[in-house]
Amino acid sequence: MNRNFVLCILACTSLLAPSVQAEAPDLSQEAMAMIRRDFQPRGSAGLNRLDQDAVQAVCNRFANKPPQQLMGLLQADQQAAIKFPADGNLLGDWKAGEALAQSGRGLTWSDSPGTAVGGNCYNCHQLSPAELSFGTLGPSLLKFGKLRGNTAETQRYVYGKIYNAKAANLCSNMPRFGHVGALGEKQIKDLVALILDPESPVNK
Amino acid sequence: MADPMKIRATMKGDITDVRVLMGHAMETGQRKDGDGNLIPPHFIQTLTVAINGKVVVEGETGTAVSRNPVFGFKVKGAKIGDKVTISWIDNKGDSRSDEATIA
Amino acid sequence: MPSRTIEREQSMRNKMLAAASIVVLLALPFVANAQDKTIQAIERYREMLADDNPAELYELRGAELWRKPRGSQQVSLEQCDLGLGAGIVKGAYVRTPRYFVDAGKVMDIESRIAWCMVTLQGFTAGEIAKRPFGSETYKSDMEALVTYVVSQSKGMKIDVSTAQPQEQHAYDMGKQIFALRSGSYDFACATCHGDRGKRIRLQELPYLSDPKDAGRAYIGWPAYRVSQGEMRTMQWRINDCFRQQRFPEPQYLSDSVNALIMFLAVNANGTVYNGPAIKR
Repeated sequence: MNRNFVLCILACTSLLAPSVQAEAPDLSQEAMAMIRRDFQPRGSAGLNRLDQDAVQAVCNRFANKPPQQLMGLLQADQQAAIKFPADGNLLGDWKAGEALAQSGRGLTWSDSPGTAVGGNCYNCHQLSPAELSFGTLGPSLLKFGKLRGNTAETQRYVYGKIYNAKAANLCSNMPRFGHVGALGEKQIKDLVALILDPESPVNK
Repeated sequence: MADPMKIRATMKGDITDVRVLMGHAMETGQRKDGDGNLIPPHFIQTLTVAINGKVVVEGETGTAVSRNPVFGFKVKGAKIGDKVTISWIDNKGDSRSDEATIA
Repeated sequence: MPSRTIEREQSMRNKMLAAASIVVLLALPFVANAQDKTIQAIERYREMLADDNPAELYELRGAELWRKPRGSQQVSLEQCDLGLGAGIVKGAYVRTPRYFVDAGKVMDIESRIAWCMVTLQGFTAGEIAKRPFGSETYKSDMEALVTYVVSQSKGMKIDVSTAQPQEQHAYDMGKQIFALRSGSYDFACATCHGDRGKRIRLQELPYLSDPKDAGRAYIGWPAYRVSQGEMRTMQWRINDCFRQQRFPEPQYLSDSVNALIMFLAVNANGTVYNGPAIKR
């Protein structure tokens, strides 16, 4: 979906919904301009990281509560861009998944470019019951596989969530790990296993 | 001369409670800087506490003690107005001595 | 959305959450107890830290630096106007950020100290911005100066004004930037600090749009960071947030950072300031 199409939708919705604060776009544009002027590249973090894609632009414009139709359109767009493993096998190694879930490294300006990017999972979620140091920004994933079953459908759902959480919920707080290339196919499969494999501590 | 210490010496009944905050890097010699080079060891080796000139505590400290350490002692037999002198010497030969009056 | 509706919704939510949490607690008593014990232990650790804050060492050094003739002009900072008049340090910090006519911009306390270093002492902005944050091998003078100045507002209430249009504008910009999602992970400040009672790993996240949480968080910086063995200021804290958000780096003392500090300070208005803090 190209930028012009999204801009057109944004313009149309502001005409149709004047109750959405008319002056807010100006302040938000000004803030974006201030950021662009004040920030500098460092390490692997270039200024292009401030470029707004359609999802960011829409979620920012509507304070994370976009109109239903626009949300549906963009979610479908994000879903279409998810790359599922070619061989159809979505379950990896849960032990590797646990190590990945523990790591918060990668993509900051203090991480050297070769650094393996971590899943950051425990920052926001509970997973293995043995790990007490977990965050609460996201829902607990304890017993996820046990409760929902390790079916092909559930595996696809979990894989999709990790690859691009915005496909299911456009303005979700969760990063789009696959979509931005933070995590590769093997990493996401290992995380799917951590969450769904009956042998994973998450499900014991 | 190294950074000054902050000393607090107060009477609690017949016991003197002494607390001293020392500014010192306390480098173990095992840490690396941003470029991957070992930061040389730099730590307080001996610590002496004297009251009115009489040594009451003599300690050997090592690399287990962290940066900007706080030491607390309890001393018996001192009174308000007595002078507490705390001195340290580090592995590089640097030293520092500061005084406080028991309040 | 009217606030009463939100309150009613939240009250309903709280009742449902309370009911749900009782069920969860009954189902997982071991995990809940172990969690509480961990958080209790962290609270005890914080109490132990509170005595004899190494920030006092920075305060002493900062006081010395304030009085020392330095820079190409070989002048001290004693005539610096931090907002209450030349040379008045007591109570100045809690009235910042504020609009300064001579500078033509809204400045936080660190920006203002830098301003005085440039205009009175003859330092260049480039010199000061080169290495503002200390490390194990590098002592930052600015960290000591900030610690000294803020300590002179101990016991006073945060009292930041938005009466000047530039001050109101800085607040508005700060509020916008706070909510702005960007970077590789689509994070805004609000992603972590935009909701009540959340934490990242075991670190509680203050809800920074809320006055009570904002107050507690705002007076927490500058602080002596035990894990780093360094004093850290609010400029550092915001810089490090953007690093973790996978953004590029905000320039030191830039308008964006000052706008955010303005946003936080105004939200914190009324909170009593206890002087330089200490943290893990």
